[in-house]
Amino acid sequence: MADVIEAGAARDSAPPPAGPTRRRRATERGNRATPYLFLAPYLILFGVFGLAPILFGVWISLHQWDLQLPNRPFIGFDNYQDLFSSDSAIYGDWWSSVRATGIFTLFSVPLLVVVPLGLALLLNRSFPGRTFFRAAFFAPYVLGVAVIGLLWRFLLDANLGLVNRLLGAVGLPSDTPWVTDVPWAWVSLVGVTVWWTCGFNAVIYLAGLQDIPAELYEAAKVDGAGGWDRFRHVTIPGLRPVMLFVFTTTILASANVFGQAFLITQGAPGEQTRTVVWRIVDEGLRDYDAGRAAAMSVFFALMLAVVSIVNFRLFRYRED
Amino acid sequence: MIQNEMSRRRLLGLGVGLGAAASMTLAGCGGGSSSPDKAGSAGNGGKDYTGPKVDLKLWNGFTGGDGDIFKTLVQQFNSEHQNIAVSVVTYQWEDYYSKLPGAVSSGNGPDIAVMHMDQLATFAARGTISELDDVAKNLELSEGDFAPTVWKGGLYNEKRYGIPLDMHPLGFYYNKAVMQKAGLDPNKPPATKDEYTAALTELKKSGVQGFWVSPFQFTGGMTYYSLLHQWGGKLFDDEVAKATFNSDPAVEACTWLVDLIKQGHSPANVGQDADYLAFKSGKNAFNWNGIWQINDLKKSANVEWGVAPLPQIGSQQAAWANSHNFTIVKQRSANENKVSGAKVFINWLSQHSLDWAKGGQVPARKAVREGADFKALTEVNALAPELEYAAFPPATPGLGEVILTFYNAFNEAALNKKSPKQALDDGVAKANKQLEDNRKKYGN
Repeated sequence: MADVIEAGAARDSAPPPAGPTRRRRATERGNRATPYLFLAPYLILFGVFGLAPILFGVWISLHQWDLQLPNRPFIGFDNYQDLFSSDSAIYGDWWSSVRATGIFTLFSVPLLVVVPLGLALLLNRSFPGRTFFRAAFFAPYVLGVAVIGLLWRFLLDANLGLVNRLLGAVGLPSDTPWVTDVPWAWVSLVGVTVWWTCGFNAVIYLAGLQDIPAELYEAAKVDGAGGWDRFRHVTIPGLRPVMLFVFTTTILASANVFGQAFLITQGAPGEQTRTVVWRIVDEGLRDYDAGRAAAMSVFFALMLAVVSIVNFRLFRYRED
Repeated sequence: MIQNEMSRRRLLGLGVGLGAAASMTLAGCGGGSSSPDKAGSAGNGGKDYTGPKVDLKLWNGFTGGDGDIFKTLVQQFNSEHQNIAVSVVTYQWEDYYSKLPGAVSSGNGPDIAVMHMDQLATFAARGTISELDDVAKNLELSEGDFAPTVWKGGLYNEKRYGIPLDMHPLGFYYNKAVMQKAGLDPNKPPATKDEYTAALTELKKSGVQGFWVSPFQFTGGMTYYSLLHQWGGKLFDDEVAKATFNSDPAVEACTWLVDLIKQGHSPANVGQDADYLAFKSGKNAFNWNGIWQINDLKKSANVEWGVAPLPQIGSQQAAWANSHNFTIVKQRSANENKVSGAKVFINWLSQHSLDWAKGGQVPARKAVREGADFKALTEVNALAPELEYAAFPPATPGLGEVILTFYNAFNEAALNKKSPKQALDDGVAKANKQLEDNRKKYGN
């Protein structure tokens, strides 16, 4: 995670403006301490609850660290090696969970970036009942994962569920195994997640849209730009920082998917929809192997950091 | 653009916040090692306790109707024992086993913990719970007082760690209304393979898929576990060094069950709980489910149902079962009074397990089981015979994850992702690696 922040910081590391030297000298002492004093409240919290646990996690990952066994030998990178050696007991599970998380992220992120944008554009217009619709689209997000998980597990049940019954009523196949077979399980998981969380992204887009000055649209109109041109040349550039935020947080949230798969598909068929976070939880809290779980977490965090850096670079490139 | 700068800064703030939040998941799970424990032999093994007043914390996972019955029993105990005060904390079983180790190593654990039999070896090997041999000896409890299968399940490395409270097997539930509609005698549930398949054929004729096969541990996995033992198979070899659930009997049992789906006695892709819900709503006739469903079915007035021991499909009788055991948790600072108080409690509750049977479990104690009062609990009593041939998992530490591999292998076979043979072969290959890992970890 630290890398993500650095990447963000790197974006802003423009050379400092050359100020008048005389003035700086006069208040040198104050100048030096001031930024750190301002940073201190957060820095302390971050250090204690952010940085220290990360470092401790890395430390754990280098040991055969069982939560209760007193013997916790240092084993170097063995925990990491286990993730890559096909002989280890966790190799198959680990990579199948990476694959599951990858598939889920790949399909859910584009939808969670585009669908809420469309929603936000619609909800940004003025029409009667706008507030109602804004609330309606945001509503699922306030439900907990346990609620939506159980709800959809029963709705999507292949033999007893309402979804298949409705499909049957309109003459479509009524025996689709929505939660017990791939690719249907992925359709269900991605669909439910989009339904559940798109309201959140839509609200952020909506805030971004309202930040775009109306004059820009007027100017574009005067210049003869049509609806599509205004969207492409005014709305999209105006939303870029918001999109970067939505994109980054959505990737991270999707990569951390756990509850939906745990409750709706329960990993079925076999372990094909068992995700990385689920695997880490099992390893650490069910099998008490904190060392391996930490190694998985560190490796997974690094993967996400790489993805986020690429993401930031992409958006910066466009900005230049 | 000014506005871009603003957003960027806001974004950074959020980014840092998210980073911090995400890293919390890595946050500390340390804790000291537990001190060597000498309290295991405290007191006189649970006959009585005359010391100063002690407060005991007890943890369990009884979240259903059984939880209320348990609490009533504890209240009764507290009122009869002025110098022992037991307080009960209840968690979901899933959370329970992941919370316990952390709580114990940080000194916030309970004094008494209720535990499933298949967890005893793991927690004993980890030094979480103490030996209870002296409790058994001083109270003159022996195999004869309990069912042998259950009594032996409390042993690990030939030492006793658990005093069994009950056992909860898989039972055979049948929907009487559905059977009647298909022209079957609702008071004579099938008990053999031939009767069972004949009944399924009749049910099919009446348009009912009679035996929904769930691909999940609850209940399909446990059904297959029972059948595997009925066919004479075993999950592991005697030393629990190798997994054996791809042996010929195991494959045959799996094939028999999965073929029911192909023959149209069960729909494909049965969801979690769908088998039981279909049973209650009259779409399914037979369901092999835990004894704990008795209380739920008793509340469902419009379902006509009965429960019997599992029919014998294979060459012998066998049923999946588990058992709740009392254990005494090792503490960082040993308190002899607490330990002897805990032993008194365990003994008292074991003797009062008839009330516990009303919660829908078969009492482990023979005297209670053979009393007239227990016989009056018709449904629970109907499953008591299974005690003799209940198939408990072996007492080996870390076996929980290996058994999940077994259930996942069945999942793939039942969902027709792999042939039974292939699914079980793959499962065994993985299970063997897990067993080897466990041997390294626990050094046995």
